[in-house]
Amino acid sequence: MSAQPHIPAASVFGATALTRRKRLSEALARAVLFLMTLLMVLPLVLIVGYLVYKAWPVLSLEFLLTNPKNGMRSGGVWSPLVGTIYLVFVSLAIAAPIGVLAAVFLNEYARDNWFTRLINLAVVNLAGVPSIVHALFGLGAFVLAAGLGKSILAASLTLAIMTMPVIIAATKEALASVPMAFREACWNVGATRWQTIWNVVLPNSVSGILTGVILEVCRAAGETAPIMFTGAVFFKAIREGDPFAYGLFDQCMALSMHLFTVSTQVPGVPEALPYGTAVVLLGTVLAVNALAIVIRIRLRSRRKW
Amino acid sequence: MAIGTIAARGSSRLRAGLEAAIEFLIRICGISAIVFVFGIFFFVFREGSELLFRGLNLKEFLFSPEWYPTSQSNVRYGVLALIAGTASVTALAMAIAVPFGLGAAVYISEFCGPRLKESLKVVIELLAAIPSVVWGFVGLTVMNPLIMRIFSVPIGLNVLNGGIIVALMSVPIILSIAEDALKAVPDSYREAALALGVTRWQLVYRVLLPAAKSGLLAAALLGVGRAVGETMAVLMATGHSVTIPGSLMDSVRTLTATIAAELGEAPVRSDHYQVLFVIGILLFSITFVVNLTADLIVRGIRNK
Repeated sequence: MSAQPHIPAASVFGATALTRRKRLSEALARAVLFLMTLLMVLPLVLIVGYLVYKAWPVLSLEFLLTNPKNGMRSGGVWSPLVGTIYLVFVSLAIAAPIGVLAAVFLNEYARDNWFTRLINLAVVNLAGVPSIVHALFGLGAFVLAAGLGKSILAASLTLAIMTMPVIIAATKEALASVPMAFREACWNVGATRWQTIWNVVLPNSVSGILTGVILEVCRAAGETAPIMFTGAVFFKAIREGDPFAYGLFDQCMALSMHLFTVSTQVPGVPEALPYGTAVVLLGTVLAVNALAIVIRIRLRSRRKW
Repeated sequence: MAIGTIAARGSSRLRAGLEAAIEFLIRICGISAIVFVFGIFFFVFREGSELLFRGLNLKEFLFSPEWYPTSQSNVRYGVLALIAGTASVTALAMAIAVPFGLGAAVYISEFCGPRLKESLKVVIELLAAIPSVVWGFVGLTVMNPLIMRIFSVPIGLNVLNGGIIVALMSVPIILSIAEDALKAVPDSYREAALALGVTRWQLVYRVLLPAAKSGLLAAALLGVGRAVGETMAVLMATGHSVTIPGSLMDSVRTLTATIAAELGEAPVRSDHYQVLFVIGILLFSITFVVNLTADLIVRGIRNK
């Protein structure tokens, strides 16, 4: 072996111990942070993969289209699936108009004063109230005080109030991204405030609003606690193949509640059945969310200003 | 001609009326958020107030670990064990989620390229979309046997299980707020540091973290708020034992899980039913303070 000492090229420029340590810590930091990120990302892939693998034996179109049978020990998820669709759309019908108009107020009308700050604070807090407290509120206000009883309407109202901050936040962001010049041009041709909003601001922010609406759907479909005591029941069979089998004042099943029921409350359920329910719920939520992401990406690449 | 003018004037008056009506509607919707927050407090308080004023012993309520709501002879409403359950799960969840969430935020915002950044953010968003009941199901069916095997304990539904699940649930919110906080640090800070020849890590450690300090604190606080309020996942993953936990392997029950588990069985307006609403008031107050603090911090940064 050569006796010549190895001289690293960098030492010509004075690679001191300090530089070496600096590089080492840099590489170490990069690796550790990458691992941390990976560890947060990995669960999504693992969970989805594992659930689908376990649910595979029951997954079929028939699983979607038949009611739970035999004390939940066989059959499919038809009744909960329809119930979830009901809850989502009724809550959306309530939350979307109020949420969008609230965002219009905050972004287009409100001056920057203590009152506006109070509203913003209320929105933040509404988003932070625990879901089970929303359930208590729904029970106290809609089921009991308003006399709606345990019903789809009471559950949807509870869900609507719980998910409204999602719509408000997304709409506010979408409205804020419409350039001020658009509004000024419209005002200058004599349009009123509302005419400007209706004809210029809203059309230019519709994709952003849509994203918020879709995210609301996603939250509403997945929530369990707020509907447990306000409208969702353990079991209710409905006519198979009829998507309009529930009425607004009926109680309903829901996918999220059904997953809770079959995995904790009913003994002797075949293993694949709760996994199948979980996959249907998770699949719906993730698909809807992916749609929102696609819309947002397209919107960003298409924007003209 | 004259008729036309009058008609025009009439329609413009109509239009002005319509404009005013719409503006009124928008204002109503605008203040609805305040109404809802007060409504939540009012109705939850109303259902629990009777018991509260009739002489619920607040000292016993807060400081006694004895929770026997359905006992025939010895009814006790002490929530200390439930508070301990919530605190232990939240503490463990934050011990995992805060470092990992901040680490991932630093990596996403400072270390990776724009392409990877976009994909990672999409994955994090999907992670945030997983419903709470599905997390609970994962705790029940995946983590439970895993913990039983690794630690050879008889049951895997415990603080560790709930803590890990809640950590995974709160990472997305911590990450996104922390990333916003890092983004809010002016680029001139980065340029000044890089011009002095620092590495990325030195930049992060010496410049960005101190500069974004309060935003990162707000991120952690919002994570706490999320963890305290989490219901279905902890209901399914932490077991059902109302005891003050001595180790990570002990089963616990949180404040939220107690309401979810018992509200269905408590007769309306009974003491048991009302005490669950009092727990609701307690939860509302905790998350209100946490969120308010986080919001004040974030606002403080924005004003700077």
